[in-house]
Amino acid sequence: MNAVPYEIVVGLEVHVQLLTRTKLFCRCDASFGAPPNTRTCPVCLGLPGALPVMNGRAFELALRTGIALDGEIPDRMKWDRKNYFYPDLPKGYQISQFDLPLARNGRLAIEGEHGDGPPRIIRIQRVHLEEDAGKSMHDEHEGRRDSRIDLNRAGTPLLEIVSEPDIRSAREAKAYLTELKLLLTYLDVSDCNMQEGSLRVDANVNLHVRPDASPHGSVIETPIVEIKNMNSFRAVERAIEYEVARQYDEWTATGATRATAPKQTRGWDDREEVTLAMRRKEESSDYRYFPEPDLLPVVVPRSRIDAVAAEMVERPAAIRERLGREWGLDAAAADLIVHQGRAFVAYFVDVARELGDPRRAANWMQQDVLRVLNERSMGIGRLAVAPGELVDLLRRVDRGELTRSRAKDVFQRMVETGRSAVDAMRAMGIESVDRSALEALCRELVDSNPRIVADVKAGKSQAIGALVGQAKRRNPNADPSEVLRICIELIGT
Amino acid sequence: MELTDATATELLGKLASRACSAVELTRSFLDRIARTDSSVGAFLSIDERGALASAAAIDRRRAAGGPLGPLAGIPVAVKDVFCGRGVRSTCGSRMLADFHPPYDATLVARLRAADAILIGRTNMDEFAMGSSTENSAFHPTRNPWDIGRVPGGSSGGSAACLAARQAPLAIGTDTGGSIRQPAAFCGVIGLKPTYGRVSRHGLVAFASSLDQAGPMARTAEDTALLLGVIAGHDPSDSTSARVPVSGYRQALGEPLNGLRLGVVRGQWTEGVERAVASAIERAADLFRELGAELVDVDLPHHAYGIAAYYVIAPCEASSNLARYDGIHVGYRAAAAPRRGPGAAEDDPGAAGDADDSPLIDLYRRSRTEGFGLEVKRRVMLGTFALSAGYQDRYYVKALRVRRLIREDYDAAFQRVDLLIGPTTPTTAYRIGERSADPLAMYLGDLFTVGANLAGLPAISVPCGADGAGLPIGFQLHAPPFQEESLLRAAHQYQSATDWHSRGPELE
Repeated sequence: MNAVPYEIVVGLEVHVQLLTRTKLFCRCDASFGAPPNTRTCPVCLGLPGALPVMNGRAFELALRTGIALDGEIPDRMKWDRKNYFYPDLPKGYQISQFDLPLARNGRLAIEGEHGDGPPRIIRIQRVHLEEDAGKSMHDEHEGRRDSRIDLNRAGTPLLEIVSEPDIRSAREAKAYLTELKLLLTYLDVSDCNMQEGSLRVDANVNLHVRPDASPHGSVIETPIVEIKNMNSFRAVERAIEYEVARQYDEWTATGATRATAPKQTRGWDDREEVTLAMRRKEESSDYRYFPEPDLLPVVVPRSRIDAVAAEMVERPAAIRERLGREWGLDAAAADLIVHQGRAFVAYFVDVARELGDPRRAANWMQQDVLRVLNERSMGIGRLAVAPGELVDLLRRVDRGELTRSRAKDVFQRMVETGRSAVDAMRAMGIESVDRSALEALCRELVDSNPRIVADVKAGKSQAIGALVGQAKRRNPNADPSEVLRICIELIGT
Repeated sequence: MELTDATATELLGKLASRACSAVELTRSFLDRIARTDSSVGAFLSIDERGALASAAAIDRRRAAGGPLGPLAGIPVAVKDVFCGRGVRSTCGSRMLADFHPPYDATLVARLRAADAILIGRTNMDEFAMGSSTENSAFHPTRNPWDIGRVPGGSSGGSAACLAARQAPLAIGTDTGGSIRQPAAFCGVIGLKPTYGRVSRHGLVAFASSLDQAGPMARTAEDTALLLGVIAGHDPSDSTSARVPVSGYRQALGEPLNGLRLGVVRGQWTEGVERAVASAIERAADLFRELGAELVDVDLPHHAYGIAAYYVIAPCEASSNLARYDGIHVGYRAAAAPRRGPGAAEDDPGAAGDADDSPLIDLYRRSRTEGFGLEVKRRVMLGTFALSAGYQDRYYVKALRVRRLIREDYDAAFQRVDLLIGPTTPTTAYRIGERSADPLAMYLGDLFTVGANLAGLPAISVPCGADGAGLPIGFQLHAPPFQEESLLRAAHQYQSATDWHSRGPELE
C-alpha cells in the first residue's frame, strides 16, 4: 500500500528530430545551427504555389522506429493538415498524421521498480511523422515588443511518440525516456540532443486519488495538466514530482476533478523548480484536420515492413539479455555496456570472446576503456587500440610479464601512441623480471637494511613496505607483491 | 489577313518560312492589346519589353540555325495565378498585389523552355474563385463579343484575350469549370486536362485536389500544341501523374468512325437556355454524321455535384489561404487599427473583439483588407464545414458524393468513349447581373464541376451562337488521360464547322 492515498498517472509525448540530411518535404539542409532563415526555400517558407514532396529517408527512419517499438504498421498511411495560425507556422497548417498514423499499439519495456525483477511494459499509443514549425523569438525588454522568426527549423522531420498513461512515477518517466533515447540512438533515428531541441518532452500528469485510502474504494481523477518547457530528463523528473505534490494540494484545497476542470497547460520553470500556468495559446483548439491533398497516401506493402524488420539492428533490450545469457554479465554491467552504444558492445564481445573471460573483459571495458574514452571525450570508434591488442596485453599480465597496475599504464600508452602492447612495453622499458634476479635483489635489500628487518621481526610488519619501495626504485619492473612475499620469506618471521 | 487572326500553328509556319519574324509577330499582338484592351481588360500586366527581347533572341537563334523550341516565337498569355521568377503574380488579389515570387512555376518554366513569348498576365477572379472575372481586385474583364457582358471566369482574361485576338494561345486553370466556362462564353476552346496531367508546382492553390492547369486556344490543333508543351510528370508535384504524354497533334486527323458518344440528355433540360440546348443537339447530330454512334447515358448523382463541390473546394481553400496572414507573404495591414466608421459594415470579419492581442488584430485586419468578399465567403464556408461537429455532416459527406460521381463516370465509360453535353446552361450574362446572388453564380457551374470532382479531362468547343450572337460551347468528357480523344473529336468537329474562325468586332 502506498504511503499516499493516490496513484500517479503520467503519459509522455516525445518529439524527436530525425537524422535526415534534408527536411521532410523539401531539400533544404536540416542541420542545426545555421544563421537564421538561411536554410529555407519556397516549400518550407510556405510560399504560394509551392508543393511538398515526401523525404523517403524520413519515412524509412519512422518505419524503423514503429517496428522497433513493436507497433502495428497499417498498410496505408496518409498525411493530414493540422490547421492553426501562428507566426512560426508559415503555411497556416502543419502537415502531420491524424487518423492513420505510421504505427500504433506499440510497447517499450523499461526496468522494473528496483532495477531487477520483471521489466515494466509502457504501451505506445501512436507514432507519427510531422513537420516541425519555425522558432519565434520574442524581445519584450524595455517596452519594445519585437518578435523575430527563424524558419530554418520549419519543415524538419519530427517523429512524435505518444505513450499511454502507463507511467506511475517520476522515476519511471525518466526510465522510459532513458530507454527510448537509447533505442532511438541505436536505431540511428535521432541524436536525441535535448539542448539542440532534437528531443522534446511534454508530460500529461494527473492523480487517481482514493480518499478512503482503500484499494477498492472510489477513485477521483484530478484535472490533467500538460507540462511543457522541460529541457532535460532530470527536469522531467523534477517537474512531475512538483506537479504531483501541487495537484494533491490543489485537490485537497478545491476538490477540482477532471470532470469539473478543463485540461491545463503549465510550463516548468527550471530555476524556481515550479510549474506555472501558461497563457492560453492564441489559437483555437479545433485544428480542422483533413487529408493533405498535395501528398499521396503512402502504401506500405508487407514485404517492405518485413525488409525493414529484417535489417533492424539488435535492440538494446535484446543486447542486455544476450550479455547476461551468453557472457554471464550481471544486469548493472550489461546495462552500463549497452548504454555506451553499439560499437562499444561489439568491442566488448570481441575482447570477451578472444580472452575467454567475459567478466574480466567487462571490468576492463567499464573501468579502463571507458575512462580513456571519457577523458578524451571520444567514441570507441576512434580508439587506437584494437580488441586483439587489448587481449594481448591482458594475456601478458596472466603470463606475469607485467603487473596489472603497469598494464594500466601500458594501455594508456597504447591509446596515446597507437602502438601494440609489446611495442608500448618495450618503449616503457617493461620486461618480466627473472625469478632468480628478483630473489637476488630481495636478498640484497634484506642484507643491507638491518634496521628494517629488526623492526619487522619486532612485529612492525608495515615496515616491510620500505623494502618494497626500494625494490621498485631499483627495478621498476619488479612485481611488488612478489617482492613482498620473497622478503617475508627471507626475514623468516 | 492580320497576323493576329492567324492560329498558332499558322504562325509557326510563317515564322519557319520567314514570312514574318518573331519580333514583328510579337509587336502585332502588343499593338492589338494596346488598341483593344482598354475596352476588354483581359490583362493585368503586359511584359512588352521582355516579350520583344525574347522574340529578338529567338529571331537571332533562328538566323544562326540554332535549336528552337516547339513554341518558338509564339506569344502565350498566362493567367496571373502562376508564379514566375521576379514576375508580379497577383492571383487577382490585393493580397498579392506586390508579390514577386522567387521561383518559376513548372508550367512557366516549360513555356520558357519551349521558347514561347510570355506576353503578359491575364485577369482572373480573385484566387480563381468566381465564374465571371468580376471578382478581380483590379478591374473586371469584359466579353469581347459584348463588352456589357462577363467573359466568364475565373480564367476570364485568358478566354477574352483569345477571342479579342490579343494572343493566339493562353493558359487557364480549372477548379470547377474555370477554363471551360469562359471558353464557352468567349467562343474559344478550353481544355481541362486529367487531374495530375499538368504540374501544379507554382500554381497558387485554390482547391488542391481539384485545381488543374490547361491550354486555351481557338482551334483544337493549337490546343493540342500547347498541351504537349505543358503536360508531363513533375517530381516537384507529388500528385502529378507518371503517365507518358501522347503526341496530341498526331491523332487529330483520325476519323471518328465507331466513336461511341454518350449523350447525357437528362442534363440539359431544366434551366438550360433553349438556344444552348438546341446548339448541343445540332453538335451531337453532326458527330453522328461524322461517324459517331450516339448512346444515351445517365449520371445519376450529377445533381449533387454542385453541393459537393461547394463544400470540398472551400474546405481546401480555407486551409490553402491560411498562409496569407500578414506575417510572411502578401498584404500586411498598417500598424494602426482601423475600427469604427472606416470599416465596411457589410464586410464580415471587419469588426474585431476589443480584447484581441496585437497578433490576432494584425491577422484580422490583414485578411479583412487583403481579401475580397467572395474569397472571405469561401474561407468562412470551408472553415465552418471542417469544424469539429460539422465535418462529418459536410466535408466527409461531400467526399462520399464525390466518390459516387466518379463511379457514375466509370460506369458510363464502360459503355461509351466520350460524353457530350453543354458547357454552361446559359450564354454570357450581363456584368453585375449575378454578382449579388452567389447561389445563381454557383449554379452556372452545374455541368463543369463533375470533371473536377472525378479528375477527368473535359473540353469546351464553340458550336453556335444565341439570338444575340453570343457564343455557345459544347463540352466533351473523356476517361482519365484520354485528352487525345477529346482533341481529336474537337478537331474533327472544327474541320466540319467554322464557329472557331468567327470573331467579335472590336475596332
